[in-house]
Amino acid sequence: MNGRKDAGQTQGPLRDGGPGSPAPPLLAVEEIRVYYGAIQAVRGVSLDVRERELVALLGSNGAGKTTTLRTISGLFRPRSGKITYDGADLTKLAPHRIVAAGISQSPEGRQIFGSLTVRENLLLGATPRKDRKGLGGDLERVFDLFPVLKERLAQAGGTLSGGEQQMLAMGRALMARPRLLLLDEPSLGLAPLMVRRIFEVVSRLKAEGVTILLVEQNARKALEVADRAYVLETGTVVLSGTGLELAANPEVERAYLGA
Amino acid sequence: MSASEFGQQFVNALGLGSIYALVAIGLAMVFGILRLINFAHGEVLMLGAFAAYYFAAAGLPFLVVVLLAVLTTVAIGLLMERVAYRGIRGAPDVALLLTSLAVSIALQNGALLAFDAQPKPFPTPAAIQEQLTVGGIQISVTNLVTVGVALLLMALLTLFVTRTRLGTAMRATAENAMAAQLMGINLSTVIVAAFAIGSALAAVAGILWGARVGRIEPLMGFIPVLKAFVATVIGGFGSIPGAVVGAYLLGFGEIYLVALLPGELSGYRDAFVFAALIVILLFRPQGILGSSEPEKI
Ligand SMILES: Nc1ncnc2c1ncn2[C@@H]1O[C@H](COP(=O)(O)OP(=O)(O)OP(=O)(O)O)[C@@H](O)[C@H]1O
Ligand SMILES: [Mg+2]
Repeated sequence: MNGRKDAGQTQGPLRDGGPGSPAPPLLAVEEIRVYYGAIQAVRGVSLDVRERELVALLGSNGAGKTTTLRTISGLFRPRSGKITYDGADLTKLAPHRIVAAGISQSPEGRQIFGSLTVRENLLLGATPRKDRKGLGGDLERVFDLFPVLKERLAQAGGTLSGGEQQMLAMGRALMARPRLLLLDEPSLGLAPLMVRRIFEVVSRLKAEGVTILLVEQNARKALEVADRAYVLETGTVVLSGTGLELAANPEVERAYLGA
Repeated sequence: MSASEFGQQFVNALGLGSIYALVAIGLAMVFGILRLINFAHGEVLMLGAFAAYYFAAAGLPFLVVVLLAVLTTVAIGLLMERVAYRGIRGAPDVALLLTSLAVSIALQNGALLAFDAQPKPFPTPAAIQEQLTVGGIQISVTNLVTVGVALLLMALLTLFVTRTRLGTAMRATAENAMAAQLMGINLSTVIVAAFAIGSALAAVAGILWGARVGRIEPLMGFIPVLKAFVATVIGGFGSIPGAVVGAYLLGFGEIYLVALLPGELSGYRDAFVFAALIVILLFRPQGILGSSEPEKI
């Protein structure tokens, strides 16, 4: 099952790859196992995200991508394994402390607060922020990325279209001013034009220096923008490498790029 | 029913509905956030009334009595959250329900030991016990005060949940606790706030109930909490506005039912209320005002 696991991903001092990357990763997930009751959904996943990197996490339905992201956010506790962020152990922190530490998430299915206004949704994203004065500027930054949200400010979140809700979910996550942004299937169920817009924003955020861990089923698009990617299958990492490497890999091609 | 009798009962029903509303808000708030039906909420009300009784016995002015009773009750509510409910957060609904029944029974028995089963006369200030006559209609000042206090508190609560960051965080958590945590909202803060607000309102309800009935006793919380439960079911469990509407519907239904029923049947008023509950649940399990969204997982 793990026979294809990239040798570069094993434990040890070489984990971060060869020369030229001496800095420890911003996020290091080490051999986490996560269960739903008796069912093991994540079976020893390890992955790294370095500062300013855009890393994609790919895999088919039920592979454990969402479970991995939620565990990083502290919603689930791994039964074993460890998650470190910026050198500190996150594994036992409550979710709100993880957000305060600089990791925010745009969750699968958007999870907008439908009865709250767009403004309230956005401001809730800034909950851990101490510098309340900076909020106006951050709202402007979100409107710059997603101008339509500005027109919808007073509207209830539940009245937005699917694409607008996705923008709101991402804007809300950005209001925390994250150092690491977790995006869970931001393009799911959106029209092609909207998918393009979302990916443009992802690239722009990367260019602005935000570190991103992106979960996608749209492997082709994800591999285009990602520096590196991991492929998950039934709860384990089966492949990893740079975006280019994986895009050229015949197995990935067959299983995820629908060639 | 004569016109003046109708008017009298109208104010009476508003008063009863107001008390149910104050109790139901706390139930709905805690349910919305924790999925916990807190039957011990009735005992919180009872303890609020007893706290007022003892503070009044110490000879303090009534407003001070109310303030101290509310603070004491909030402390009790928070202790209850800490001791009984924090450890079982996220447990299956049945476990939560059984725990709250256990807490309720434990508090009832503790109160029976501490306060004695014998009812105590409630020290309602004389000014509130009077009757006014307006246009031939007799109105009890207790009812007027009850309605006024309830409306004031509900207005303040509305301001709080719509205008403050904590209030907004509470609404967000009630709608989607997982997403709220991803926003960096501290779940414990929100839960503590819900218990604090609910307990404060229950204390006020206990005092108003004491003033209405004239006496208090350790098992007095049972009926109001059951009625508040019915009110929240009518309103669609977890919705605060729904619970308030349900509470007033129930208050009116109950008062007019008693007024219209022949004397020998009015003793069965509670049976009628619960029969109505069963009928509602059969035909509209999501409550009269609730939307038919699927159960949260
Ligand atoms: N709440 C849950 N209870 C029990 N099992 C669950 C739960 N959530 C997910 N699972 C199971 O855990 C495994 C991993 O699910 P997860 O949602 O992490 O996968 P995913 O890679 O995000 O899939 P998708 O592409 O469909 O979003 C699946 O087998 C799924 O059925
Ligand atoms: Mg998923």
